[in-house]
Amino acid sequence: MKYIIVGGGNSVYYLSRSLTSKGHHITIINRNHNECTHLARKLKAVIINSDASNKKILEQAGASSADAIFVITLNDHDNLVICQLSQTIFNIPKIFTLVDDPDNEFIFNQLGVEKVLSINRILTSLIEEKTGYDDVTNLLSLAEGKVNFTKVKLTPASPILNKNLSDISMPENTLIAVIIRNVNPIIPRGSTTLQADDQLIVLNRPTEHSKVIRLLTGEK
Amino acid sequence: MTKRSLYALVLGCSRLGAFLANRLSEKGHSVVVIDEDEASFLLLDRNFSGFKIEGNPVETAVLHQAKIHKADIVIATTRDDNINIMCAQIARNIFKVPRVISRIFDPSLNDFNLLKDIETICPTTLTGDLMIKTILDEDKDIQ
Repeated sequence: MKYIIVGGGNSVYYLSRSLTSKGHHITIINRNHNECTHLARKLKAVIINSDASNKKILEQAGASSADAIFVITLNDHDNLVICQLSQTIFNIPKIFTLVDDPDNEFIFNQLGVEKVLSINRILTSLIEEKTGYDDVTNLLSLAEGKVNFTKVKLTPASPILNKNLSDISMPENTLIAVIIRNVNPIIPRGSTTLQADDQLIVLNRPTEHSKVIRLLTGEK
Repeated sequence: MTKRSLYALVLGCSRLGAFLANRLSEKGHSVVVIDEDEASFLLLDRNFSGFKIEGNPVETAVLHQAKIHKADIVIATTRDDNINIMCAQIARNIFKVPRVISRIFDPSLNDFNLLKDIETICPTTLTGDLMIKTILDEDKDIQ
């Protein structure tokens, strides 16, 4: 496979090292001359020392025949323009990028860039989950944000305690996947009842999210 | 016809950004200027009556703070083409601002088809065309 990687830092190096060892053909575009020199010494890859938000440079990097491009510079605005050029001008089949500002996952999706990940958002939700301060934690989202994984801790105020799951009318497109009770995971069935301090791992579509949370927590 | 006062958002207090902010404010429009560098606001006139927001204009939270959804016009005048392109698309496609103008230095990005509902101005080609005209007109006089 032919991959283009745009950006710098250790993540570009490790990603390229892993991909070249699997026999893939890598071209790296990086604006920093020193970094390019280091990468060229350590990797079996084509290194282009230039700005990738330019049609000619992308063309030179083989964008018209690339199988995928990974755009992981540290600037969200550069990543956006590079992804959009890759998409609209070169039709690269797989485009993946990172964003710094978690809000930009949504912004990029809206502007036509679908495969976007914010390390900061993942980190934030991981930390929130580990510290367990909130009753509701967004764990992750899948399928370009169309499926949410949420952890909900039931408080004594929850209106659905001591009921059979089958008697609770859940919103559509919602599933209680796992119940964690005193550290033990339970795969729920219709006859399972919920207790205070249970932690539920819930799968749902974002459209039903607030409805589900209201149902489980009893909060308005 | 009475002229309506515009709510204008100027992104980037560059020389151009400050020029536009000063002029629009002078003409009685409500202006908000956003720039990450507080020192850049020194380019604004002493009697500039608009608001200044210190922040990154590509950050949606900052744009919300500037009430972008109420803007009649957004002008992207930072020194970075990619920032201008991103801000202009956010303003036009997400917040549906009626008029969005963006400065883009790189002529090859200027015809970028994603900018179709955005008015772009490329100082490079404008200046270049003028210079070519001057050079060739001068030539004509000589001949």
